[in-house]
Amino acid sequence: MSTSTTDLPAEVTDLIGLPQYEEAGEFPVERGYIWTSCASVENANPLFWDDEVAADLTDGPIAPPTMLSTWFRPHHWAPGRTEQKLPLQVHFDLKKRLDLPEAVMTDNTIVFHEPARPGDILTTCQRLRSVSPEKTTKLGTGRFWVIDVEYRNDRGDLVGVESWTGFGYRRDNA
Amino acid sequence: MTTTAVLTHDTVAVGDQLPVLTYDVTATTVVVGALATRDTRPQHHDFHFATERNGVRDIFMNAPNQAAWFERYLTDWSGPHGRLGRVSFRMHDSVFPGDTMSMAGRITGTSIDDVGCGWVEVDVVLQVGDRMCTTCAARIALPTAPTDNPWSRKGDQWQPQPQT
Repeated sequence: MSTSTTDLPAEVTDLIGLPQYEEAGEFPVERGYIWTSCASVENANPLFWDDEVAADLTDGPIAPPTMLSTWFRPHHWAPGRTEQKLPLQVHFDLKKRLDLPEAVMTDNTIVFHEPARPGDILTTCQRLRSVSPEKTTKLGTGRFWVIDVEYRNDRGDLVGVESWTGFGYRRDNA
Repeated sequence: MTTTAVLTHDTVAVGDQLPVLTYDVTATTVVVGALATRDTRPQHHDFHFATERNGVRDIFMNAPNQAAWFERYLTDWSGPHGRLGRVSFRMHDSVFPGDTMSMAGRITGTSIDDVGCGWVEVDVVLQVGDRMCTTCAARIALPTAPTDNPWSRKGDQWQPQPQT
């Protein structure tokens, strides 16, 4: 993905590479969600269902590695919150700043380090890596962008790094 | 304790095919997948939003849930000793309720890294009929011997990114 800086507003180019939204998750890694996730894809891996297997292989229960982004998604509602808090806020900021009302995610890369364990509260940091020139796809005309999210546990260990490619667009027939 | 056979690194080879998984996707599959990943964006539960705003034919499976499907597919094959290092996937088309999706994997590389961890590279294709929806490149560690446990690796002993 190339980075175009020539036709982008300065307020966007200035964000490339900048750490943003460094924050802790709103809830700890917990087994209810682990089981809900496994159930959603009928994942019978005994590592997540059998405590003896988990003790033997991973020194106790862990979360499925691909649940990484689950742990930083904010509550749909919380007391005192007047606007819904959005996950991957950099993505939504770009939609607004580039006036692209629709968006989809096209690519996702996740590198897994230390497993997330029940009780961990993960901290995250988002970083805009690149924004493409305007492109037209079957969905409409817009731009692709890549956002990296880094996750660490309470002990400072790197848990994973996730890269999202989003396509913000305007429908051509809208 | 659940007992499972240990799939070791020396028993797999480039070109090996993983068993195909097929699954009939329903609206419940999509919505439960979105809920399980705490994804409340409307295109994953609201038909009218998906069709009228996103311009697609129905609600569709979200990316984090697809990641969970890829993990399930890979560890169904590897067993619990298999430890994911990296997944990278591209969504070319959406998975909708009513689709029968299939996942098929093929081993494209095997290696032992400089700290002795056994890696297998697997390409997985998620299709609905002839429609290719998502392609995934995964890197998963398998035990190099029945007594090896990739999960015991920490710090410098765990290198989930391929060395360049």
